[in-house]
Amino acid sequence: MKPFTPEIHWDETVISIRDLYKSFGQNHVLRGVNLDLHRGENIVVLGRSGTGKSVLIKIISALLYPDSGTVNVLGLEVETLKHDELRDLRLKIGFCFQNGALYDSMTVGENLAFPLRRNMPHMSKKERDERIATVLEAVGLSQTIKQMPAELSGGQRKRIGIGRTLILRPEIMLYDEPPAGLDPITCTDINNLINEVQKRFKTSSIIITHDLACAKATGDKIAVMKEGRFIKEGNFEEVFSDNDELIREFYDYNFIQ
Amino acid sequence: MGSTERSEQPVITKGIDKFFLNFYDILKFVLRFFKEMFTPPYEGREFVRQCYYIGNKSLLLITLTGFITGLVFTKQSRPSLAEFGATSWLPSLISIAVIRALAPLVTALICAGKVGSSIGAELASMKVTEQIDAMEVSAINPFKYLVVTRVMACMLCVPLLMAYTGLVAMTGSYLDIHLNEQTSLAIFVQNAFEKISFLDFFSSFIKTLFYGFTIGIVSCYQGYHATQGTQGVGKAANVSVVISMFLIFIEEIIIVQVINMLR
Repeated sequence: MKPFTPEIHWDETVISIRDLYKSFGQNHVLRGVNLDLHRGENIVVLGRSGTGKSVLIKIISALLYPDSGTVNVLGLEVETLKHDELRDLRLKIGFCFQNGALYDSMTVGENLAFPLRRNMPHMSKKERDERIATVLEAVGLSQTIKQMPAELSGGQRKRIGIGRTLILRPEIMLYDEPPAGLDPITCTDINNLINEVQKRFKTSSIIITHDLACAKATGDKIAVMKEGRFIKEGNFEEVFSDNDELIREFYDYNFIQ
Repeated sequence: MGSTERSEQPVITKGIDKFFLNFYDILKFVLRFFKEMFTPPYEGREFVRQCYYIGNKSLLLITLTGFITGLVFTKQSRPSLAEFGATSWLPSLISIAVIRALAPLVTALICAGKVGSSIGAELASMKVTEQIDAMEVSAINPFKYLVVTRVMACMLCVPLLMAYTGLVAMTGSYLDIHLNEQTSLAIFVQNAFEKISFLDFFSSFIKTLFYGFTIGIVSCYQGYHATQGTQGVGKAANVSVVISMFLIFIEEIIIVQVINMLR
């Protein structure tokens, strides 16, 4: 289990979600989600595929809009933000996509430089290069700076994806299925990286996963989602100590006894 | 702003609803293009890069096609004119055909096939691999960076390529006429431009401006709204070409009618 994180500020909520509902036609994906993320905390949203986990973080980053409910990020109601306000907020939220979502036509270095060039046009080339070097060193892939995304392994792509997100120094990180499609050793590396990012860059994170090992290694708090709502919240031991049938089913599903 | 998904119930019937919703989406996409086109910051570097790609991608094919069009059209037209002893009218006939119709159409159709499919597939691939979403969450405006630059590059490059096609087609025609009628270049040019007015050049330029816009906006729309994974990429590329070509012919009919009224 993840050791206690002393840096969590329990008195400061960075994301507050209340009564969130979202449907796609007749498919009711989120059915009244409530969640609080505190500064410095890692929350793992655990659930099987299709339970609405990814939709939740897409709503937080305003890639999707809810049917009802409120999403408050760093004191701002996301749905009511104007274009420029949303842009400023997005600079403080890092979103790590399942497959990295690296820009195919750019090298790793260009992938990292691109958000900096767009959002910090006055930054000098020296400063930019320094920041890229720092981030690449943090994700342990300094040697890949000139490589194209197609030349990287799945794990490397995810690391660079995390690096590209970190380059803007976000306060909040949203991870979409970080261990998906990776072998167990690379999964452990990614889990360690998530914890390293939390400590080194002082981020608060929501980690979406269906992988219990990832949840156990990275989550200060686990929230189990089923059919669009949270059915259990707490630390790993609290969540998996009771004999709730739905929780046991999930536990067995991951083959961890 | 992020893409919003619809969750409304059908108002009339599913098919009619879908048609009007698609139409509304297209209209919104086009209006957004014009709004973003005039709003700073401008993506100058990406625009120049796209112009280079569009020109570079089409140049060889356009050179070959243009040359062959001019040459073949001259060869096909000669027997008919020879019957009336009017082969000296060949340069005028060819120049009218090339400048008014062939150069704009040939250029547009080649660009629709080469450039349209490439833009459609590229953006669709970016969409299904979440690269467009990645731009959005990095506070980068993907519409301005990907769509505005590509459509504007098409609007600039298709007219330029049309002028080049015209030149190459006339070169092909001149070679054939020179070999058969021993006409000098000076006489060929004089005859060719005798019947051509400013309106002919202007109408061709306007036509290709519309064609460029059509190719760019259709392929960007198809790519930007691609779904269904890799299957969606192929579909976006294919639909971009088919719809662009169809709209080009519709525009050709309309613009020719308008120009004829002005003539």
